[in-house]
Amino acid sequence: MARLNHRYVILVVLAAVIALLPLVFPSSYYLRVAALVWVSAFAAIGLNILMGKAGQVSLGHAGFFGIGAYAVAILPARFGLPSLVALAIGAALSALLAFLVGRPILRLKGHYLAIATLGFGVLVAMVITTESRWTGGPDGMAVAKLSLFGWRASGSATWYWITGGLLLIGAWIALNLDDTPTGRAFRALHDSEIAARVTGVDVNRFKLQAFVIAAVYGSIAGSALAMMNGFINPDQAGFLHSVELVTMVVLGGLGSVVGSIVGAAVLIVLPQLLTVFQDYENLMLGAIIILSMIFMRDGMVPMAWKLLTRTGR
Amino acid sequence: MTILEVSDIGIAFGGVKAIDGVGFAVAQGQIFSIIGPNGAGKTTLFNVISGMYRPSHGRVALDGRDVTDLAPDALAARGLSRTFQNLQIFQRMTAAENVMVGRHLQERCNLFADLLRLPSVTRQNRATREAALGFLDQVGLRDGADVLAGSLSYGACKRLEIARALAAEPRVLLLDEPAAGCNAVETEEIDKLICRVAAKGIAVVLVEHDMKLVMKISHRILVLVQGRMLIEGNPQEVRDNPAVLEAYLGKHGAREAARA
Repeated sequence: MARLNHRYVILVVLAAVIALLPLVFPSSYYLRVAALVWVSAFAAIGLNILMGKAGQVSLGHAGFFGIGAYAVAILPARFGLPSLVALAIGAALSALLAFLVGRPILRLKGHYLAIATLGFGVLVAMVITTESRWTGGPDGMAVAKLSLFGWRASGSATWYWITGGLLLIGAWIALNLDDTPTGRAFRALHDSEIAARVTGVDVNRFKLQAFVIAAVYGSIAGSALAMMNGFINPDQAGFLHSVELVTMVVLGGLGSVVGSIVGAAVLIVLPQLLTVFQDYENLMLGAIIILSMIFMRDGMVPMAWKLLTRTGR
Repeated sequence: MTILEVSDIGIAFGGVKAIDGVGFAVAQGQIFSIIGPNGAGKTTLFNVISGMYRPSHGRVALDGRDVTDLAPDALAARGLSRTFQNLQIFQRMTAAENVMVGRHLQERCNLFADLLRLPSVTRQNRATREAALGFLDQVGLRDGADVLAGSLSYGACKRLEIARALAAEPRVLLLDEPAAGCNAVETEEIDKLICRVAAKGIAVVLVEHDMKLVMKISHRILVLVQGRMLIEGNPQEVRDNPAVLEAYLGKHGAREAARA
């Protein structure tokens, strides 16, 4: 029972944070940064289902992010499709691709899987960069504004609420999964693949499911970011972005939904704060990540939770 | 009635015949033990039966149907469960959750229903947990239901693995050294547990080094030496066979033991 409540507590607190933050923001610049956090957190939550729950690594996840982003850029511009339909097509395409790619590569383990997913991400980024007739090449392309029944979504405040709502839904679904046969199968194959198999868990099927779920999350996040920015370039699908997503998941805490949000917040907000250090920005960021991995191997949120419950008793 | 039939199994690793020409049959409710010195191929034989290794020749049949080439999860679906010599529990899940995974095949598992946590999922979850607690009760772990499995004692983990295997409602249960590392009291508990399981009609195949336990509860015993069958018989026949003693202690040791 405590578990059930736990899930709603997280969602209510998250909703409250999203609702109340604008009250303390002095300018719309903060709304924009927060919206970036919500979008990244959404992608990280999806990746965390794959990495934290099912225990499979993906170093090419920005590939799906890029597919979602370019879907809402290309489909409305070339075929006049509404943005939301483009988003759905992008997500479906990502799911299909994850399914096709995942089948052979998820049989690999550890480093081999990491390299294979990395290869996939590089491939997607390469296609986006070279097919400039469709994608605008390295220069990127403009993205049509999201419009619903004549209402056009623009401005930091609007996107703050859209991405905030999206994050809530993403967190809700990820939390739902925990105490279900599927969620248990994910965690089981993470802890002992061999034991999961002899208890009747079709390991390959569940790895594939986790991979597809993560891909859809990534794709939707990519679409949202592209529509919010009104512009997209191949960097969003690149290797560095993949690493960034993995860092969010690991830094925040593997398997923790709240952790993914915190991890995303750190990786988005920190560079903004560190701009005062100008040239040393990346150096500082790298140092912070290294230090937190040394001192907080479980990730920030699980670590904080451990400290809290320990002093509470 | 015979439920598990293993015939003429052989498997080689890089030219070394780990198992050669092993065959036996186990009936419902029977406790069938496989013993032999270290390296005799007992665990390898388990791995072949449970679908983790594919044998070079021979056949495994469950309920008269050939299952030699089936994967472990497909075998589980046909009623074959096992435990492991080196613990294979889900460390980061609670004891109850471990056993709930054991109910996986009894549960309806639909990705979309799970993602949305439909009321049916919540209902089923409650039922699965109830069932899991029942199985934990059978192995005396009910009180530790919500403890993380990783923090349970070694003996408790051994019993947890048995509970998880039983949760799948198997017809054949393979136990790989369930009493290893357990003290006398724990061994006694496992002994009773195995007898209760067999009494329900489940065929139990046991690999165990604790000879007292094996001789006490087994209906049939197969002695494996260097991958080959030495003898198969009831406990009395195995105990009285000089070749068995020799396999364990060597020729000289057997003479010494006979004199003692």
